[in-house]
Amino acid sequence: MTVHETESHEPVFVGETLARLEALAPRYPTRMALLLPALWMVQEARGWVSDGAIHEVAALLELTPAYVRGVITFYTMYHTHPVGRHFIQVCTTSPCNLCGAEDVARALLEHTGCGELGTTSPDGRFTVMEVECLGACGFATPLIIDDDFIEGVTAAGVPAVLARYT
Amino acid sequence: MSTELLTVTIDGVPVQVAKGTPMIEAAKMAGIIVPHYCYHPSLPSPAVCRMCLVQVEKMPKLVPACVTPVADGQVIHVHSPEAIKAREGVLEFLLINHPLDCPICDQAGECELQDFVFQGGRANSRYTEPKRYNPVEDFGPDILYVANRCILCTRCVRFMENVAEQPVLNVSERGDRAFIGIDESQRLDHPWAGNVVDLCPVGSLISKDFLHKARAWDLDGTASVCTGCTQGCNITIDTRDDIVVRLRPRPNLEVNRHFICDTGRADYRWMNRGDRAEAPLIREGATLRATGWDAAVARLSALVRDVTGPVVLLSGGRASCEALGWTARLLGEKQLTAAMQVPLGSEEPIGSIPDLALRAERSANLEGARMLGLAGDWDAAVRAAGAAGLVVVLDVHLSDADAVTVAGAQLLVQLTTVADPRLTNAELILPITSVVESQGVLVNRDRRAQRVLPARPAPGMARAAWWVAAEAWAASAPGREAPATASQAFQALEAFGGLSHTDLGFSGRTVGSSPAGVAR
Amino acid sequence: MGYPHPIHSSETPVLSTHFGVHEARTYAGWVARGGYEALRKALTMTPEQIVDEVKASGLRGRGGAGFPTGLKWSFMPKDDGKPHYLCCNADESEPGTFKDREILRWTPHALIEGCAIGALAIRAEVSYIYIRGEYTEPYHILQAAVDEAYAAGALGPNALGSGKRLEVFVHRGAGAYICGEETALMNSLEGRRGNPRIKPPFPAVSGLFGQPTTINNVETLAAVPHILNRGAAWYAGLCLGNPKSTGTKLISVCGHVQRPGTYEITMGLPMRELIYDACGGMLPGRTLKAVIPGGSSVPIMTPAEVDACVTDYEGIAAQGSLLGSGGMIVMDDSTDIVYQIMRLARFYAHESCAQCTNCREGTGWTTRILERIVRGEGKASDLDLLMDLAENMTGKTICVLSDSCATPVVSGIQKFRADFEAYLSGARAPALVGV
Repeated sequence: MTVHETESHEPVFVGETLARLEALAPRYPTRMALLLPALWMVQEARGWVSDGAIHEVAALLELTPAYVRGVITFYTMYHTHPVGRHFIQVCTTSPCNLCGAEDVARALLEHTGCGELGTTSPDGRFTVMEVECLGACGFATPLIIDDDFIEGVTAAGVPAVLARYT
Repeated sequence: MSTELLTVTIDGVPVQVAKGTPMIEAAKMAGIIVPHYCYHPSLPSPAVCRMCLVQVEKMPKLVPACVTPVADGQVIHVHSPEAIKAREGVLEFLLINHPLDCPICDQAGECELQDFVFQGGRANSRYTEPKRYNPVEDFGPDILYVANRCILCTRCVRFMENVAEQPVLNVSERGDRAFIGIDESQRLDHPWAGNVVDLCPVGSLISKDFLHKARAWDLDGTASVCTGCTQGCNITIDTRDDIVVRLRPRPNLEVNRHFICDTGRADYRWMNRGDRAEAPLIREGATLRATGWDAAVARLSALVRDVTGPVVLLSGGRASCEALGWTARLLGEKQLTAAMQVPLGSEEPIGSIPDLALRAERSANLEGARMLGLAGDWDAAVRAAGAAGLVVVLDVHLSDADAVTVAGAQLLVQLTTVADPRLTNAELILPITSVVESQGVLVNRDRRAQRVLPARPAPGMARAAWWVAAEAWAASAPGREAPATASQAFQALEAFGGLSHTDLGFSGRTVGSSPAGVAR
Repeated sequence: MGYPHPIHSSETPVLSTHFGVHEARTYAGWVARGGYEALRKALTMTPEQIVDEVKASGLRGRGGAGFPTGLKWSFMPKDDGKPHYLCCNADESEPGTFKDREILRWTPHALIEGCAIGALAIRAEVSYIYIRGEYTEPYHILQAAVDEAYAAGALGPNALGSGKRLEVFVHRGAGAYICGEETALMNSLEGRRGNPRIKPPFPAVSGLFGQPTTINNVETLAAVPHILNRGAAWYAGLCLGNPKSTGTKLISVCGHVQRPGTYEITMGLPMRELIYDACGGMLPGRTLKAVIPGGSSVPIMTPAEVDACVTDYEGIAAQGSLLGSGGMIVMDDSTDIVYQIMRLARFYAHESCAQCTNCREGTGWTTRILERIVRGEGKASDLDLLMDLAENMTGKTICVLSDSCATPVVSGIQKFRADFEAYLSGARAPALVGV
C-alpha cells in the first residue's frame, strides 16, 4: 500500500487530550473500541474530522485510514467537512413531522440564511441539518444546537432560539 | 471439520456430508448450485446478499445457505416456490440501481448477476425511479471501481481485510448510498490486490490491463500453471484468437486456493512474442540455414555422439520436466554439468494464508530440475561452459555477462523459443514450443507435479523440447524408440515414479518426499 | 408520572416517581430515596438467586422484543473462565420512543444500580451503557452520576465494600438508529460500523468482544432494583390484563394528544384510558385517526382497534399490533397518513446499514414510490407493487429493519387504503415532499 502525504495537520492527540483518550483505554480489551470516543474528541477539539485527523486517529489506534473512514461515514454525527460555528440538527421524523417539524426546519433555513439543508450560512454562523428521530418526540420539535438539546421549538419560536447563538 | 457424516436431502437428492458443512457446499455435492454473491469459499461469509436463502422443512423462515450448517435428516429446498420468489425479489432489488450497461461491460458473459438474472430474474423491472449514480474511481495500478455496477457483496473488502490483511477498502456511507471506498492517500496496490477483480461477481472492479480487450464469450480458457515462481499457482490462460489476453487463478485448495499474485497475473506478454524461432537453423560454414526437422535432429544426434569433453546444460525456469529429463537423457552418456537459472526477487506473502506467497525464487520448475539432478550451481555451470565440449541452452534468457561466457563455448546448441542474437555462433538453433504451447509437467516447491496444457498453437515448425531431444536420442543408437506423447515422455522419467499425465489430473500430485524444510 | 405532567390517577409510578426531581440525580439524593439498597442486597445474593427473583417477577425486555429478562440472564454460561459483559442499550431511537431518556436524565442512579445488579446476575464485572450520540443532556447527567457512584465507592474494584469489582462505563454512539439492534450495538461499541451480526452465535455465547454478553434495555435494568427491594411477588402482582405481562411500563405518548409525555402504567391498562384520560385525549375539535402503539416499527392501529385494546404484550398483539418499545404515536383526523408513512419509510431508508440487499435497496425504493404518490405521480399499480416489495423485505434479512420499513406500509395500505387512493385518483391535491 502506497501512502501519500496528506495536508498539514496539527495533531489533536497531544498533552491532555491524548491523556484523556489513553485514560479510556483500560476500559476496553481492544484499541479499536477507542475509535468512537477518539472521533468525538477530534470533533470536540476541531469542530469536524479532517483527513489529517483521520490519519492521526488511524495511526493512534493501529487501524487503516480507509477503515476509519468507513466507520465515520456510517455515523451521521461526525462531520467530514467544516461546518458553521453552530451546528443545528432538526428532527423531522413522523412524530415531530405531525407537529409541524418541517415548518420549524423551513424557519431555520430562512432565519439562519442557510437557504438549503446541509449548507453553511454565508456569515459562517450556522449549518442546518435535517436529522432523523432525536428521541424527544413528546417535546416536538426538538433541536440540537452544538451540544445543547432544545425542546418544543415552534416555527414562530425559531428567531428567539437563534438569537442565543452568535 | 469432524469426519462425522450427516445425511441431508437437497431438492430431492440425498447426500452425505461432513458435520459442519454449510448448506451451500452440501448442495454443490448434490450437484445443485445455490445462487449467491457474497459467499466465497475462501472468504468469511457475512450472509448479506440474501441470494442463497433456501427453504428448510420445519424451519419457519428461509435461511441463508452460506452460513447455516446442515443438520442430520434435514430436507432442504433450493427451488421451492418460496425460495424462488425470494431470489427473484433479491435480483430485482440488485438491478434497480444497476446500470444494465452490459454491452460495454467487461464482465458481460462471465457476470454472476447476468447469469442468475437470466436463470431466475423477472423479465421486466418494475422500477421506474432514477438510478443512483457515482463516478468511476481509480483504485490502484490495475484496478478501476465502477461504483454504479456494484452490488455491495463486500468480497473485495473482506479479501483485503481477512486475506491480504491490509484493509484499504471499506464500505462507506449507509443504505442505498453505500459504496466501496478507499482512502485517497492509499492505493489498492498490495502484491495480491488483483484478486479483487476475480472476486467481484459483477463488472464493478475491473482490470485496466484487460479493459475492453475481449468479450468473455470470445475467450478460450486453458488450464495451466503460473511460471512466475516456485509456488506453482494454478491458472487459467485466456486467449482470444490465439493471443493470450489474461491470466486468472484456477482454484486449487492445496496450492493457491482461489488466488494468484499480481506479478504472476501480469506475466503473460512473453507468451505472445512475435519474434519467435520458427524453423530449425543449422550451421553451414559461416551461416545458419533453415532446414527441416529430419536434418536438424540428425545433426543434433551426430553432434552429441561426436562430442569430446564435458557437456553443459543451461536451462531456464520454465523448462518442463519432460524437456529437462529428455535433454539430459540425450546428453546423459557424457560428463554432464547442468544448472537451472533462478532469478531472485522479493518474497511477497498473500497475508493470512500459510504457504502462499510470490516466492523469491522466480523459477517455475526448480524443484523438477532438482529431482532430475539438473539444478547445479548456475555460476559454476556457466564457467564450465567456457571450457566445455558442448553447451546446450534450453529455453533460457542469459544475462549479458553469462552470454559472453557461453558464446565462447566450443560447440553451442540453442533449444529455444527465441533465437538469442548474442549466441549466433551456435551450431544449431532449434525452435521449441513455450510452456503455454505444449503439454508438460512443472514441479512446485512442495514437490507437487502439475500439468500445463497448450493454450495456443506452436509457431512455425516449433516442437516441444522433449520431442527434439527424444528424437535425437532415438536416432543416436539402434533399437531406441522415442515417446510419442508428452505423457509417455513424463512416464519414462524414473524420478517421478512412472506417473502419467492422467495420474496428475488437473490439480497435480505430490511426487517423492517433500524437500527438507517444507512442511506439508 | 406522565412527565412533564403531574401524576395522573391512571398511572402507577414506580420508575417515574422521581422524574423531574433534580435532587434525585445526585448520589446523595438517590440514596436518600432508598437508592443502592437493592445493590447492597444483591451483593449478598448468588447470581442464581438474583436470576430466580427476576424470573419470578415476570419482567420482560422493555426494548421491544419482550423477552423474559430472567430467562435471558440464565442463558449466560457458568464457570467458563471468560470475561462476561453486560450491555445496557440506551440507544433509544425508535421513532415515537422517548421513555428511556427520562430515566437517563432524571434517575441515572436507578440505571447504574440496575446495571450493577444485572452484572452480578450474569457474573460480569463490566457493564457498558451505550447511549445514543444525540442524547447530549442525558449523557452529561449520566456520566456525572457514574462519576459520583465511583467517588462514593458504589462502583469500582470494591463495590460498596463487598470486595467485588463492578464497573460501569458510558459509551457514546454517533448517530445510527440501527445501533439499537443488539448485535449492531456491540459492533459499534467495538469501534466498527454498526452492522447487525448473523445469529447464531447469540450474544450469550459470543457477544461483545467475542465474549458472553447480555444486553438489556434501560427501562428493563431500571426496574430491577425495585424488584429486588419490593419482591418479585409485588412486581408480578402489577397486572391488569394477561398474567404474562407484569409490572409497570413506561409509555411515551406523542403526536396529537393534549398532554404528550412519558406515562407509567400497570400492564393491561385499557389503551383508551391512557390516551383519553391520562393524555387528555385529542386536541380540540379533532378525532382519532390512527395510533402506532409501540414505536414506528409496529403495525398501525385503527380507532376501533384502539378502543378494544388493553395495553400489554398480549393485548396489543390481539389487536394486530405490538407493544414494542412503548413509543405511542397518536394521529388525529388532520393527519395525512400517506405522507407520514412516506416519512417513516424515508427514516428506514436513511438508517439501513446497507448490508442486506432487500433492506438497502427495498427501503429506498419503497420511499421513492411513496414520495411519487405524494407528489401526485402515483400509478394504480403502485399499491400492489408496494405490497409485493414489502413481502420481499419481510423475514429475509439479518435484522428486522427491513421488516420495520415494510410494516407501516402494509398496515397503512390495508387499513387506510382510501387515503392512498385519494392521491392516486387525484382527489387529493399533491403535496410537497420534504423541507
